[in-house]
Amino acid sequence: MASGKEIRTQISSIKNTQKITSAMEMVAASKMKKAQDRMLASRPYSEKISRVIGHLAFAHSEYEHPYMKKMGDIKRVGIIVISSDRGLCGGLNTNLFKSVLSKVVEQQDKGLVVDLCTIGKKATAFFKNSGMEIKATTANLGDAPHFDDLLGTIKVMLDSYDKGEIQQLLVAYNKFENTMTQVPTVTQLIPMVPTEADGMDHHWDYIYEPDAEEALNALMVRYIEALVYQGLVENIACEQSSRMIAMKSATDNAGDMVKELELVYNKARQAAITQEISEIVSGAAAV
Amino acid sequence: MSTIHVDVVSATESLYSGEANCVFAPSSTGEIGIYPKHMALLSTLKPGEVRVETEKGVESIYVSGGIVEVQPDVVTIFSDTAIRANDLDEAKALEAKQRAEEAMSDSQSDQEVSTTQAALAESLAQLQMISKMRGKKR
Repeated sequence: MASGKEIRTQISSIKNTQKITSAMEMVAASKMKKAQDRMLASRPYSEKISRVIGHLAFAHSEYEHPYMKKMGDIKRVGIIVISSDRGLCGGLNTNLFKSVLSKVVEQQDKGLVVDLCTIGKKATAFFKNSGMEIKATTANLGDAPHFDDLLGTIKVMLDSYDKGEIQQLLVAYNKFENTMTQVPTVTQLIPMVPTEADGMDHHWDYIYEPDAEEALNALMVRYIEALVYQGLVENIACEQSSRMIAMKSATDNAGDMVKELELVYNKARQAAITQEISEIVSGAAAV
Repeated sequence: MSTIHVDVVSATESLYSGEANCVFAPSSTGEIGIYPKHMALLSTLKPGEVRVETEKGVESIYVSGGIVEVQPDVVTIFSDTAIRANDLDEAKALEAKQRAEEAMSDSQSDQEVSTTQAALAESLAQLQMISKMRGKKR
């Protein structure tokens, strides 16, 4: 059995860890609120722009944008993976990477090549180690990411779509359901999946200014960026809430361990005292 | 008098949402006025002022470029939050590629060099943009 002193150092080290995890829990809880607000604030933009894209699918435009139509056979697929920069947030990143990997394997089985583009340090590190080609990456976006920071990464992928290097673009991120559940999601960005629209059946078209191509181009690029940005802010909200939960359970576990160790420590102390007494008594009896 | 529903949104917040008598937006071909039952329209915006005229008065919102979509009963204005210029986007794209290459080649000192280089590239790109904009004004 471990001696009293050893157990005591173990207890104090666990208590120190517990202090850290409970501090992290509280920090994550306060950041989570802000992250959720940010997520809700950016929703109107992506919702409205999706609605416009929905309208557009029913407009009988003479100019069909490349993002709207299918590009023949798919040979190469691009995936934008959004992850967190920091760890200690439970299985959040791992779950996402698993679903991305299974998607990648599924594509490779079909003989397709997959190009990756990562946002966040964790994704970069993970997919580098799994030996995959990373086309572009962005990291250190912080808790309040700026729209500008994403543009470069997205442009790399859109350019390679425009050049015909990839024929499909997906985005993978954690979707925020509520504080307890985050769902790893992989959705298709381009070619666009037509959405439902009501009462749009009659024959109509927009007036485009300055012209159809330019207006549609501007809209499409913003639409893709809005979706990726929305994914990013959702992922941040997920990160904070997942970290809060992971740290809460870590704090609870540390508490349980301290309790058990204290029991062991007390038993050892008691045994030592009993032994000492019996030694004294037997010593006295011998005299 | 009939009204038209107006939404002005940016990527980070909703700037205005409500009914209006008419809206004026700085379209790239000149300012346009939109009244209820306007034809469907899709246009890019240049930086300027969006004026929303309601019963209570005129609401003025600054947009730094973006897009306007008009349906007979709804106007949606998407305001940009990012500065857009082809050069600037190009530089950002290059940076993202560079970062990926450096992350792939993997070494700590390399990464430090790359962050410094990235910062340098960023400020260079911004300088370029500023001098360009100054050149245009003159």
